[in-house]
Amino acid sequence: MLGKLTVDALPLYSWVAMGGAVVTVVGALAVMALITWFKWWRILWSEWLTSLDHKRIGIMYLVLALVMLVRGFIDALMMRAQQAVALNSEGYLPPDHFDQIFSSHGTIMIFFMAMPFMSGLFNIVVPQQIGTRDVAFPFMNSVSFWLTTAGAGLVMVSLVIGKFSTAGWTGYPPYSGIEYSPGVGVDYWIWSILISGVGSTLTGINFIATIVMRRAPGMTLMRMPLFTWTTLTSSVIIIFTFPALTVACALLGLDRTLGMHFFTNDAGGNMMNFINLIWIWGHPEVYILVLPAFGIYSEVVATFSGKRLFGYTSLVVATAAIGILSMTVWLHHFFTMGSSASVNTFFGIATTIIAVPTGVKVFDWLFTLYRGRIRFTPPIMWTLGFIVTFVIGGMTGVMLALPPADYLMHNSAFLVAHFHNMIIPGVLFGYVAGFMYWFPKATGIILDEKWGIRSFWCWLIGFYLAFMPLYALGFMGMPRRMEHYNVAEWQPYLIVAALGAVVILLGVACLVIQLIVSVVEWQKRRDHTGDPWDGRTLEWLTSSPPAVYNFAVLPEVGDRDAFLDMKQRGIAYRKPDRYQDIHLPKNSGVGVVLGGFAFVLGFAMVWHIWWLVAVCALAMWVAIIVRSSNDDDEYCLPAAEVEKIENARYEELAHASPPGGEDAPGVSTTPLQENPT
Amino acid sequence: MNTASACRQLRTATTLGLVLVVAGCGLNTAPILDPKGPIALAERNLLFDAVGFMLIVIIPVFIMTFGFIWRYRASNKKARYDPEWSYNGPLDAVIWLVPALIIIILGVLSWINTYRLDPYKQLSSSVEAIEVEVIAQDWKWLFIYPEQNIAVVNELVFPSGTPLNLKITSDTVMNSFFIPALGGQIYAMAGMQTRLHLLANEPGSFVGKNMQYSGAGFADQYFEAIATSQADFDTWVEKVRQSPDQLDASAYSVLAKPSSKHPVTYYSAAEPGLFDNIVVKYSRNLGRPE
Repeated sequence: MLGKLTVDALPLYSWVAMGGAVVTVVGALAVMALITWFKWWRILWSEWLTSLDHKRIGIMYLVLALVMLVRGFIDALMMRAQQAVALNSEGYLPPDHFDQIFSSHGTIMIFFMAMPFMSGLFNIVVPQQIGTRDVAFPFMNSVSFWLTTAGAGLVMVSLVIGKFSTAGWTGYPPYSGIEYSPGVGVDYWIWSILISGVGSTLTGINFIATIVMRRAPGMTLMRMPLFTWTTLTSSVIIIFTFPALTVACALLGLDRTLGMHFFTNDAGGNMMNFINLIWIWGHPEVYILVLPAFGIYSEVVATFSGKRLFGYTSLVVATAAIGILSMTVWLHHFFTMGSSASVNTFFGIATTIIAVPTGVKVFDWLFTLYRGRIRFTPPIMWTLGFIVTFVIGGMTGVMLALPPADYLMHNSAFLVAHFHNMIIPGVLFGYVAGFMYWFPKATGIILDEKWGIRSFWCWLIGFYLAFMPLYALGFMGMPRRMEHYNVAEWQPYLIVAALGAVVILLGVACLVIQLIVSVVEWQKRRDHTGDPWDGRTLEWLTSSPPAVYNFAVLPEVGDRDAFLDMKQRGIAYRKPDRYQDIHLPKNSGVGVVLGGFAFVLGFAMVWHIWWLVAVCALAMWVAIIVRSSNDDDEYCLPAAEVEKIENARYEELAHASPPGGEDAPGVSTTPLQENPT
Repeated sequence: MNTASACRQLRTATTLGLVLVVAGCGLNTAPILDPKGPIALAERNLLFDAVGFMLIVIIPVFIMTFGFIWRYRASNKKARYDPEWSYNGPLDAVIWLVPALIIIILGVLSWINTYRLDPYKQLSSSVEAIEVEVIAQDWKWLFIYPEQNIAVVNELVFPSGTPLNLKITSDTVMNSFFIPALGGQIYAMAGMQTRLHLLANEPGSFVGKNMQYSGAGFADQYFEAIATSQADFDTWVEKVRQSPDQLDASAYSVLAKPSSKHPVTYYSAAEPGLFDNIVVKYSRNLGRPE
């Protein structure tokens, strides 16, 4: 009846694991109790969970990402603490538990922190930035979100019921095969990735369609803001490479569940096939994540330097070049498998070539700062911290791309330092910069600057303290994933690294405090203009938070910095002569239903509860049929209603002090007639 | 944020950077920075050369970043403000060509050295090489000396100045064989054989280890690699030959069971063809001729 699921699945094997389970369960119950206490269930369901509004889905993605960031970061702290003390001793974590932690840390940070963070920013920003009212497929957007959440839910459940994988975030066979990992951990890993991977693929499709088909009139490709360009490139990489991940995990699942032999040691299996497949996805994944961050840096640098982006064309070309090259380098993750010198040379050189467009980007940002007027707000602080730190990571990346050097540094702490050097300053700093930059747009509240800057310094200093010692440990020959060790010289470095993690913890705390302070003082911090930073691109034309339809009248784009151009021509806030009815997608609970059944299906697959698998699959199929047969999926917002909302907006604008003082260009509430140029 | 606090923050960052560099100085005995064989030395030198070339781009980036931030801070009204300046042809060419040039140099370096340091390549030497077969097990290393017909667990002894030819496989999950002081690592995979060629300049004792996570006993899976004089090596071989244990098929199957912190064990004889048998046993039930 319950497959392999018995009471033994409870985490009674260690106090630490038990503690994690209790915190998870109590946390979930506390949130539910709070919602019940404030009687928020109804509004939560009807306004948020079932919403097909891209901005609300975006905010839900961010909530998911921040929750998972905290979870993944606790894993990191536990690992740093273990390694700081585990000289000639077992530390406080048994190997079986330590191994679960490094596996869940990587899995969570990539799949359930970075990916949702990225999708959240896509959702909040891209449709507004290209001047449209929604994404191309609003319902599919909701499905993407709920599938991602279902995957994250599976990882969280593994804390309480059963164990998580010990095979690392890339799950290399044959170790991850049934022979060497007979428990349910790897199955949790497989199913959380398979389910959320479908979500990511759908997100990629959705944003390609949105950007290609739904740009405002006048927005040619070469007038698209950089963040839109990087979203497009990233989405293209998603749809090309996520299938490889899905196939790799599905085949591993077949090996484990049905006794097949794709990646086993014997019967003709070959683990290197899996390793090729996972990196055919895995390396491009780095660029899927980092390109949108590059887009954010581009927006932030231009806005806070008060200057046009330098070398726009070069940046676009570099983005596209990185997108293509990203798919030609995967083998550098296993130069040490014994392939021939010709193969290693090819992939080594292909990898170093990526440094060229990346370097060009860095110089373009620098020359955007040049002759600018830099305002040191939190978003640009994260950006400047990124530029300086990222070039170090780029340098160590090129070092690892030279095959003979890689033979020395592969699988060592140096490698760990390198990819955190790319992912933390490269990806996370960018997303946090984007979070602080677009938070007023998404919520109407300007975040507190003081705590934002404090968070930045804690993260930056914490990063150097935590990862520079790992570079050194790589030179000392320390392998990654060591549960304990017997080399006394390593310990001082590991203690410094642990201190670095504590400083980053302060950075995370500052982020949380910033959020709380800003929300508590929300009335004082309201953004009445919709344009708190003197922005340049279209998303700043809408109110903060935007009306459900974003733009009452679709804007006409006449320049790369479309909104700045409108402000300069004095037409940014002109009132249209009349409004039209606007058609918008109706809310739908089907996304939640699909996500819920996907979650249960994954759980049932993990525990071999076959009847439940069948029930869930059937239910999902029925839900899709029902949804597809429903033609009544839009509602009409009448012109009169739109006019009412817009009039309130103009009322608010009239009373708001414009950014940059009274003489800021373009602020005018009187209707204007523009001569076509 | 005002200028004074920007200044203060800049200074904090600079001080921190210096402290880190000084801390790095304690690294002079790290095995990778202080290699004990020609292979590791050549690989390390490539690493250093690459860093040198890349600093051509990286140092200007640092100087420009801090310089531009300081010069063009909003409070500095003396600095030129040119909000429309967004393209300059020659400058655009330079920022493409300089990184490209450096990458071309690195590409050539990479090409030459990847062939030169191919781990499968025999080292040229006037001394005849010594052959050792390596089998990764959970969680230990088995070394078979086919010429001497002996086998050893968790200890690799060989004469210095003599090329060490290794054939490597795994009888469990994927491992990665690595002696940091002597040269790069290579994977050990079941059903497959990889090769590695190393050389120690002088007698000495080095740490060897598995770099690829392989399960609960991974952290304790290391061995001692000892380079000796030829005479000491011959004495050591004699010592191993005194061992009462022999590595036949049944002894092997006992040894292959997972064990952690396995003590150094000597076998005075090893079953001929054992290594090859371990490699082919995984393809035996494929139904095709071996």
